[in-house]
Parts: sequence; structure tokens; C-alpha cells
Amino acid sequence: MGKIYSKRALAAQNLKPKKEVVSFLLSYSQALTVVKIKNKNFEIIAN
Amino acid sequence: MADLHIPDALLVKKYVDGNEVALSTLIKRHESKIYGFIYSKIADRDISNDIFQDTFIKVIKTLKSNSYNEEGKFLPWVMRISHNLIVDHFRKTKKMPMYRETEEFSIFSIMSDDSLTIENKMIFDQVEVDLKKIIEELPDDQKEVLVMRMYQDMSFKEISELTGVSINTALGRMRYALMNLRKIIDKHQIILTN
Repeated sequence: MGKIYSKRALAAQNLKPKKEVVSFLLSYSQALTVVKIKNKNFEIIAN
Repeated sequence: MADLHIPDALLVKKYVDGNEVALSTLIKRHESKIYGFIYSKIADRDISNDIFQDTFIKVIKTLKSNSYNEEGKFLPWVMRISHNLIVDHFRKTKKMPMYRETEEFSIFSIMSDDSLTIENKMIFDQVEVDLKKIIEELPDDQKEVLVMRMYQDMSFKEISELTGVSINTALGRMRYALMNLRKIIDKHQIILTN
């Protein structure tokens, strides 16, 4: 068997973001409300 | 599992209509591709996570403000956002390069800690103590000049004024003080180095 000298492609691994990141995004999405008033967007974050 | 068969466009519509679960499905469906894409460019897990997060923050804001129009497909659009953020990241790091420790490169090969080690500090303190003891052995007039000059950082002019002797006498006393110190050190074979 010939050796493979090339580095394994970084994208080839089945990588996933941290659970915390996904969980943050879902909470952020729930908390965020965007209100549009006269061509202006207002972001409201609920606590 | 049924969600897997729902097309992206429909999930996006559901999300815009207020269904938060749709976003979760979209993220789960594409997280690997998007994160893998970011990581392939960045090669750093933490920064990739940051960029992934920023990407979806933009996605969420755009969808919530109804600014998204389904011209293309969802995934290429998200990929485009992450691509732009990757470019931004490289621009930022080019302006202010950040070095991370790798196998070939260690930041400590460039930086060094100049402060004394505990051992060196103990030696330094010991030298100080020894020196003070030797100074105590000197005749009073010489000791006075040496202490004023070395420990109180006074000029010979000031010393001469304070002690009431001429500058030359003060200089002479300093000279004898140093000679006598050397004699004592030689006699007792004291090592005063750090």
C-alpha cells in the first residue's frame, strides 16, 4: 500500500459547531423582535 | 424527522411567520456544511464558532426584518454571508495579526520573562543583606559618604554640604570606602554576584 502524504482536507471531517453556539442562536432568535417603522428597523431583545 | 422532508424555502417561510422550531431545523440541517466551510478557511475551532454564530445572527436579523427574498436558495445565501464574514476576519487579522501557539511556533520563543526567578530573587536578597553587613564594618566617615551616595542618591556636592567637608574629601572617603569594601570581600572570600 502506498502511503498518502497529503494532509487530510480540513473540510472532509464532519465538523459541527459547539452546542452552546446553536443553543445561543435559538435563544437569541426567540428573544429578538424586529419592528419596522418608516423604513427603519428597530431590534428589541426581550430579557 | 418529518421536518427533514420540508424544503428550506418552506422552513424559512414558517420561521418568518413565527415558528421558532423551523430555525432549529434549518440550523441542524446545514450546520455541518456551513461550519465545515468556515473551518476549512479558518482552521481554528473557536474562531469558526464565532463566525458561525455571527453568520446566523445576520440570518436571524434579516429573516425577522422580512428583508429576505427567496431569490436563490437558503444554503448558498448563508454560505455567502459566512464567506463575507471570513473575508472580514482576515482583513481584521491582517491589520492586527494574532499569533496562536502551534507545534512549530511558540510565542514564548519571541517573548521572554525578564523578571527574576524565585531562586535569583533569593540570591539577590541575600547579596543585599551581605552587602549591608559589610558596609556596617566600614569606618563611620566612609560609611556615611557611601550610604549617602549609593542609597540616598545624593551628589558629592550635597554630601560635602551636609557633612561639612570639601568635595575632594567626600570623594576621597568614597574611594577609601570602596577600597575597604573590596578588601573585606577578598579577605572573607564573599561572592556577591547574582
